Amino acid sequence: MTAYNSTMILAILPEILLLVLGVLVLLFDVVWKGEKRRALGWLTAGGTALISIVTLLIGRPGEPQSVFGGMLRFDWLGFAFKQIFLLGAIATALFMMDIEKLSRRGQAYALLLTATLGMSLMASAADLVMLYLAIETTSIPLYVLAGFLLDDDRSAEAGFKYLLFGAMTSAVLLYGFSLLYGFTGTTSLTSFVGSLPLALGLVFLIVVGLGFKISAVPFHFWAPDTYEGSPTPVAGFLSTASKAAGFAVLLRLFLTAFPQFVEQWAAVLAVLATVTMTVGNLLALAQKNIKRLLAYSSIAHAGYILIGVVAASKLGVASVIFYLIAYLLTNLAAFGIAAAFGRAAGSDEIASYAGLSRRSPGLAFAMLVAFLSLAGMPPFGGFIAKVLVFTAAVETGWVWLAVVGVVNSIIGLYYYLTVLKVVYLYRMEGENEEQYPIPLTRPYALALTTLSIAILVIGVLFAPWFDSASLAALNLF
Amino acid sequence: MMAGTLPISYYLGLSALLFTLGVLGVLIRRNALVIFMSVELMLNAGNLAFVAFARMYDMLNGQIFVFFVMAVAAAEVAVGLALIVAIFKTKRSIDVDQMNSLKG
Repeated sequence: MTAYNSTMILAILPEILLLVLGVLVLLFDVVWKGEKRRALGWLTAGGTALISIVTLLIGRPGEPQSVFGGMLRFDWLGFAFKQIFLLGAIATALFMMDIEKLSRRGQAYALLLTATLGMSLMASAADLVMLYLAIETTSIPLYVLAGFLLDDDRSAEAGFKYLLFGAMTSAVLLYGFSLLYGFTGTTSLTSFVGSLPLALGLVFLIVVGLGFKISAVPFHFWAPDTYEGSPTPVAGFLSTASKAAGFAVLLRLFLTAFPQFVEQWAAVLAVLATVTMTVGNLLALAQKNIKRLLAYSSIAHAGYILIGVVAASKLGVASVIFYLIAYLLTNLAAFGIAAAFGRAAGSDEIASYAGLSRRSPGLAFAMLVAFLSLAGMPPFGGFIAKVLVFTAAVETGWVWLAVVGVVNSIIGLYYYLTVLKVVYLYRMEGENEEQYPIPLTRPYALALTTLSIAILVIGVLFAPWFDSASLAALNLF
Repeated sequence: MMAGTLPISYYLGLSALLFTLGVLGVLIRRNALVIFMSVELMLNAGNLAFVAFARMYDMLNGQIFVFFVMAVAAAEVAVGLALIVAIFKTKRSIDVDQMNSLKG
């Protein structure tokens, strides 16, 4: 019997605090009336920021160790990912504040916090039971959030499609887990012993389950529809934090359970990465709706991040974590801009962005920063992130994969610049942009300013972030 | 013959069969409710494999896993049915081919 000790509490400190915050939000949802309810967003964002700071100050792991009878690992890898999820939740809560139908209901914030809680558990789970429960704790609140605007049938349809794909892939994943349990005789994540064909079969089942989470081709069909139909801040959360959680599991699962078959599963993932990048980028070229464009762009980015997983080295894992940080900041900013614009202009069509640089110079500039970072241009975070994953690939001998990545980045540049062309060079019909300003409310201004500065900072001063990512990567080797 | 003496391969064969039926159901059927039932079939295929392996190893952890899976499946279906009802209200249909207001 193990007694409870302070390490166990510290290991799940962010989860405990997230739960407390979720309950508080539901409580104030009942107490506060009318316009006061807008403050629920401040409560959620501020509380999550506080959780992040408290965890940074007192919840730092030391030597990696197993807690709760091996259910969770308390290590830097989990710690780094938890900070990523908390950051995603803060920005998403701020973006949700001025979407009327979301922000006046405390449940939306409570669901957001529950999903974040599930992601935190995903990042540190070291047991199949825990892993499965964590994945579902993340997914189910996100299904509800995607379909939250029930009177809008596009949102309900988005939620339903997400749920259908999610339920099916999680069933495939569960079947994989049952076989993994059968062949290892334990539910804890240990090295798989067995023949190669068996291992490959299991890898296939697991890739189906996690490929859905990270929206890799061919498990991506839900992503464009769900992103387009669901409330824009939720789509941003799905494309960043939820994807990061999928990668956290992918890294831990494959490097812990199948280290001896690394060559084979790396080859499978390399093919997946190539297809994902290429299909994502090519389909993005034809998009007319900004949210669908960002959906295909996020599929392509899953491909770039997979390159780092394929490398399966210390640098590879560190580059994945760094990429996820840079991508989270950038893509949240992009979806935040889409939310701010869509709210004011009532349209998500790229054509309606014409003249944005005159209607709101600040928003247009934030868009410039975010889209150039997505395209991988220096001096923004996206550039360093791409350099790191490609370096990791070349270092481990995957030169062709790095070349495919570079070619894809160039294709990507085209459609990001096309959007910027509309924003900066095109004008509205009638050329009277001054009469249609895009007002930015305080939460949007705060979040977008912070994210834009962060994108720049992480691209210029990348050493401390990369060091933290490397420290986290060490826990897997 | 007692149930416990059946070789494990019988259980695994049945589980694989159930899983395949579930996958086919999800891919072929167009009624949202039938698709959900097929997903349940896939989940139960996993459950059966877990229970069989737990019996083989004489360990409880596989059986405990099944309890969690059942709870999760119930939660998932609850959310799914809520969304189906919402969609049915506007579309008067739960055919997944009719859910095409989002595409491109």
